[in-house]
Amino acid sequence: MKRTLAVLIENKPGALARIVGLFHQRGYNIDSLNVAPVFDGSYSRMTVTTRGTENVVEQITKQINKLIDVIKVSDLTEGSHHEIEYVLIKLFNKQFNQTFKRKLKNLEFQVIEQDNSIVVLGITGSSASVDSFLKALNNKSFIEVSRSGCMGMHKSEKHLTI
Amino acid sequence: MRALKEEGVKHIFGYPGGAALHIYDALFKQKQIQHILVRHEQGATHAADGYARATGKAGVVLVTSGPGATNAVTGLATAFMDSVPLIVISGQVQSHLIGTDSFQETDMIGISRPIVKHSYIINRAEDIPKIVQEAFYIATSGRPGPVVIDIPKDKTDPNKKFEYKKPKHISIRSYKPKIEPHPGQIKKAARALLSSERPVIYAGGGVVLGNASKELIALNKLVKAPVTNTLMGLGSYPAKDKLFLGMLGMHGTYEANMAMHHADLILAIGARFDDRITNTPALFAPNAKIIHIDVDPASISKIINADIPIVGQVKESLGALIKEIKKSKIKIDSEAVDHWVSQIKEWRAQHGLNHEMWKGAKKSNKILPQVVVQELYQATNGDAWVTSDVGQHQMFVAQYYKFNKPRRWVNSGGLGTMGFGLPAAMGVKFAYPKDEVVCVTGEGSIQMCIQELSTCLQYGIPIKIVNINNQALGMVKQWQDMIYDKRHSASTYQNSLPDFVKLAEAYGHVGFKVTKQEDLARVFKKAFALKHKLVFIDVYVDPSEHVYPMLVAPNGSMKDMWIAKDKKA
Repeated sequence: MKRTLAVLIENKPGALARIVGLFHQRGYNIDSLNVAPVFDGSYSRMTVTTRGTENVVEQITKQINKLIDVIKVSDLTEGSHHEIEYVLIKLFNKQFNQTFKRKLKNLEFQVIEQDNSIVVLGITGSSASVDSFLKALNNKSFIEVSRSGCMGMHKSEKHLTI
Repeated sequence: MRALKEEGVKHIFGYPGGAALHIYDALFKQKQIQHILVRHEQGATHAADGYARATGKAGVVLVTSGPGATNAVTGLATAFMDSVPLIVISGQVQSHLIGTDSFQETDMIGISRPIVKHSYIINRAEDIPKIVQEAFYIATSGRPGPVVIDIPKDKTDPNKKFEYKKPKHISIRSYKPKIEPHPGQIKKAARALLSSERPVIYAGGGVVLGNASKELIALNKLVKAPVTNTLMGLGSYPAKDKLFLGMLGMHGTYEANMAMHHADLILAIGARFDDRITNTPALFAPNAKIIHIDVDPASISKIINADIPIVGQVKESLGALIKEIKKSKIKIDSEAVDHWVSQIKEWRAQHGLNHEMWKGAKKSNKILPQVVVQELYQATNGDAWVTSDVGQHQMFVAQYYKFNKPRRWVNSGGLGTMGFGLPAAMGVKFAYPKDEVVCVTGEGSIQMCIQELSTCLQYGIPIKIVNINNQALGMVKQWQDMIYDKRHSASTYQNSLPDFVKLAEAYGHVGFKVTKQEDLARVFKKAFALKHKLVFIDVYVDPSEHVYPMLVAPNGSMKDMWIAKDKKA
């Protein structure tokens, strides 16, 4: 089962490596990872998506929590939550045709750059909708793509702060 | 140096080298901390580890960068697996050289990451006091563990002065180990424990590390349950007590494993249900309700689901449980528990260990390793600090040396590090110079850190080494006998063993060789009379001897055991 964890971690050198290393050491998978400093920059917020049974994810959560640099961990999947992802995609103008635009139908997007030759789009959507959008394309439909990885947050008043 | 002194450090085990020379120079200029020069950095880590296990204080290691740091890695992993507080200070190349593949450069933080509780690299010299303080706090609090402090050489430059400053109180926002247990959980646990008819207390290394032996004994004065210890927990409950079942697990006693399997309640304290205990987890204790006390929430319900999890320091949790039980109106069904205890006695009578082998076996041609341990027990009145290496001899000590006090048994349980015993014994002896310290080892393990015999001469460390010499890597050979149709692949030495007596003498010590069972007691007496000498006692034992009981694997439960070469129970 897919799980989305939100982690608050000290913004210190090597802290990220500890999290990534932990997944590897204990045989867990990381599907996607998003991380950046927030607020005063003293800590970072991270969203990790992984897969596993409830027991496995509980172990992952506990093991992450044990890392000295980790301030808080929350399994967002336990309750209702938002999940969103940002995608940059570059394509030749000629590829930006009706067929392509039809596939974008259910996603929000902006044209970030366009010149005589190429167009760069910024697309926002849930990881699932981004997945199915990209699945519908083939490597002849675009030049390159970059994904932010899933970002998550609890719905309503529930929150994760220090 | 000042930061270390303020943490109460008296001994540092280490080995100098380029990147650590500024620190070594500072060591030379002071008198409060004694530095012990080992012969290999692995020895330093195990010695500091032994020191830490014996005292409960953090052991301190100082090594240089590169090979100095990598040689410390096995010791770090050993301490990590057994939750031992250890501070490893590693020199690092100068900051501006990091990342350039400079001489003796290695990414110590990266290499040690999976086997430390935490690690620091010093980016500014003025952070040293605070980081050292934090490192000791982290190493010794919560579930203890090793901490690495990697210091680039330029950060210890004596010409660069800074103001010595550190906070009065340590506060780490991301690290708040839980101490007090949840009162509701304690209530539930008390109720379950008092209502149980077939209880077993399964106490592990956490009781030793958490200094909770007294509380465990006090608790069992109230509930009178049979108690079994893990390899790491031995000594936390007195072995001489009638309710003590001995060790459980892979080579645990028949009665301990049977009791675990048939229990209706298991109170696990500072233990982690590892694979050497549970056998097949799905078949583990099918009828038992499980109460699990541990300071580390990640240890709870990791392998075996806990019905009543209690996160907290073992000492505080047991204290709360004792209070709750005293308050409780539930009466133990003592008839049922008595019946349970007599059932266990029956098991012991059937296949229990024979602790009296030494009495009848004097005249046998071959020396039984079990008898060596029993004779050692007699010779030391059961009161020595015993370290061991890894293998059959380790299991024989765990089975036959009855530990009545916590911390007296020092061995590498989780990682199973051969080479641990001798340096660990050095560390223990530094902590308790007046006490008898014995390293029980095998001819395989002892050769993995034998160089430390030289350290023992330099510092006059009169430990006793009992080499249970079966001329083979005994445990490997046992598995090969049992599982690989006696194909002894790479487990024998083909007459290449050194003469250990001469070897001990070459290092400036005393060596004795024993080949007859009847000589054991006399040689031990002679050896222990040499108070100021390291004595190496090389005991040639029956090489065909196996360790039993042994859990049947794979697909076995805890009640499935080999109890002799040709006998399953």
